[in-house]
Amino acid sequence: MDAAIEVADLRKTYRGRRTGEIRAVDGVSFRVERGEFFGILGPNGAGKTTTLEIVEGLRRPDSGTVRLLGASPWPHSPELTGRVGVQLQASAFFEFLSAKEQIETFAELYGATRDRAAEMLELVGLAEHANVRCEKLSGGQQQRLSIACALVGDPELVFLDEPTAALDPQARRNLWDLMRAINAEGRTVVLTTHYMEEAEALCDRVAIMDAGRIKAVDSPAGFVKGLDAPTRVTVAAGQLTDERVKELAAGEAVTADGAAVVFETRDPRKLLTALASDGALEGLAVRTANLEDVFLHVTGREWRA
Amino acid sequence: MSLDTETTPRARVGAPRGKAFLSLFKALGRGWLRDRSQVFFTILLPLMFMVLLSSVFGSTGGSTPRVLAVGEVPVLEGADPDDVAVAAAADLDEALALLREGEADAAVVQDGERVLIYPSPTSSTSGAIAAGEISALVDDVNVEVLSAAAPGEPVLTAEVEEADGGALRPIQYLAPGILAWGIAISGVFGAAGTIVDWKRDKLLRRLRLTPASVSTFLGAKVSVNLVVALGQTAVFLAVAALVFGLELSAWTWFAAPLVLLGTLAFLAIGVVIGGIAQTGPGAAGLSNLVTMPMAFVSGAFWPLALSPEWVQWLSYLSPMRYLNEALQAVVVYGEPPGAVLPQIGFLAVFAAVVAAVSWKTFRFDEL
Repeated sequence: MDAAIEVADLRKTYRGRRTGEIRAVDGVSFRVERGEFFGILGPNGAGKTTTLEIVEGLRRPDSGTVRLLGASPWPHSPELTGRVGVQLQASAFFEFLSAKEQIETFAELYGATRDRAAEMLELVGLAEHANVRCEKLSGGQQQRLSIACALVGDPELVFLDEPTAALDPQARRNLWDLMRAINAEGRTVVLTTHYMEEAEALCDRVAIMDAGRIKAVDSPAGFVKGLDAPTRVTVAAGQLTDERVKELAAGEAVTADGAAVVFETRDPRKLLTALASDGALEGLAVRTANLEDVFLHVTGREWRA
Repeated sequence: MSLDTETTPRARVGAPRGKAFLSLFKALGRGWLRDRSQVFFTILLPLMFMVLLSSVFGSTGGSTPRVLAVGEVPVLEGADPDDVAVAAAADLDEALALLREGEADAAVVQDGERVLIYPSPTSSTSGAIAAGEISALVDDVNVEVLSAAAPGEPVLTAEVEEADGGALRPIQYLAPGILAWGIAISGVFGAAGTIVDWKRDKLLRRLRLTPASVSTFLGAKVSVNLVVALGQTAVFLAVAALVFGLELSAWTWFAAPLVLLGTLAFLAIGVVIGGIAQTGPGAAGLSNLVTMPMAFVSGAFWPLALSPEWVQWLSYLSPMRYLNEALQAVVVYGEPPGAVLPQIGFLAVFAAVVAAVSWKTFRFDEL
């Protein structure tokens, strides 16, 4: 069976009159297996959207190849587009239509039934807003409608381009649940995001992209493990004697100032048990390495989403 | 609602072309009908123009000149009330005050053989017409006096014979022009605005990734515009006929294909503008920049013969001129379609050339 997506050595250069040459995509290769939740993580301008647009078949690369579900996205064929669902960054809707009319139009284009359209509206929690005009929906509701339109054709593969950008935290969490459900139904999901915690929470594997290149691909846990970074354990100062601090550190790094003591340990369980038996848990904070540390390690620069 | 891609490979290809076209036509048509500003722009604005222009053109020359007789004016005694409406004024000061207020077109004082005419200072046209009528009355009196003095001498008389069974009333002249203008602005503004909208909302981009093809979508969009143009024409001609008394010829139905062809030409202009403009106001400004001169040199609002020669030359480049001429020929003069073949030819060539230009210059990756 073919992979859901196979991309080999994509390149795309934009030539602007003022900006000069910009290598938006500079030799990108990756592979996504069927049923996988795949994330492309990177700061704004990293080339995520251009990569996605090439893979979807909206843009032609200068060079490189794309296979979607075993077929080329170019030229467009109804056989392929009928099996793929997309949600673009801009919410593309027909003007002056209600949510219901919108999704029913898309359903008709995909050859799906009205029942299916109603079902999708229900799935994204817009059933009670069915008769509201699209332009009157909130940002989160528009994104959900857009995702419903992507799902209405019952696709095997779904592209979501920064669906949670510019949403409030509650709306973002709601969308996370929705995206997990889509993937749990067996659909392959490809998500671009510039939120670290989003990639960490949702994706089976993450490609870290910066300046038009994929710097590394791994599972979030694999990335963190590969970093081999110590866990930072912080407690409030004044609960432990200097000797006890030295003893607990057991040769690993420790810093102390007037406010807090910070241990960097590779055996957090042992350290935490000892701190608990000492009754020194006031101001406790435990921070393991996350994708932010991974990004810093992989690209050599600080994360600035 | 689970799916198993291993055992049920689906071979769905989306809706067939005809069905997709209908879905898109329905969605776009609904959107158009709900956009009140579009409805106002296409249907009501041309009607407002017709009310305005027909009242402006209808008031000049239409009514009989109103003349004030100051004191005894024997020359006005023989006046036909259909030609001159005579009223009396107490003295010259009162008469001049009435003239300034626009209550009369001329005042007349007669002192023996001298007839003094004071034309209106506020409306030179109606003043001149009134003065002309009075001069004619003076001439009539002179002819009478001279004929009595020399009975055998022949005198010339002039009679007016109206061509074409009477001059065109303003509405007969204006209606085709305003209709052509209405078709032009809804085509140009509509297409330019739509393209700019698509640049913003990326609807076309999204639709490219559905099983429906882009050409089906564009076809549906153009079809909505064509149907709108037909509706606009029907409403406009109906109001012109029923309210303003426009007489429709038997060939009026041929306005339909003319309007469709014109719409295609103007849509093509709008696509070029939409390709250049980046914002809604920019598209509207550029559309005005193109349609206003096009309308002014087209002869749609006043006869080209009244325009300077360079305007008449420029008018050959305005597609509105040809649409206006063709509509006037078939709707007002009742000429058969064969008589407007040159206009049809020009519109077709114009539409083809502009469409080719827009195709060449359009940057599809902006959509």
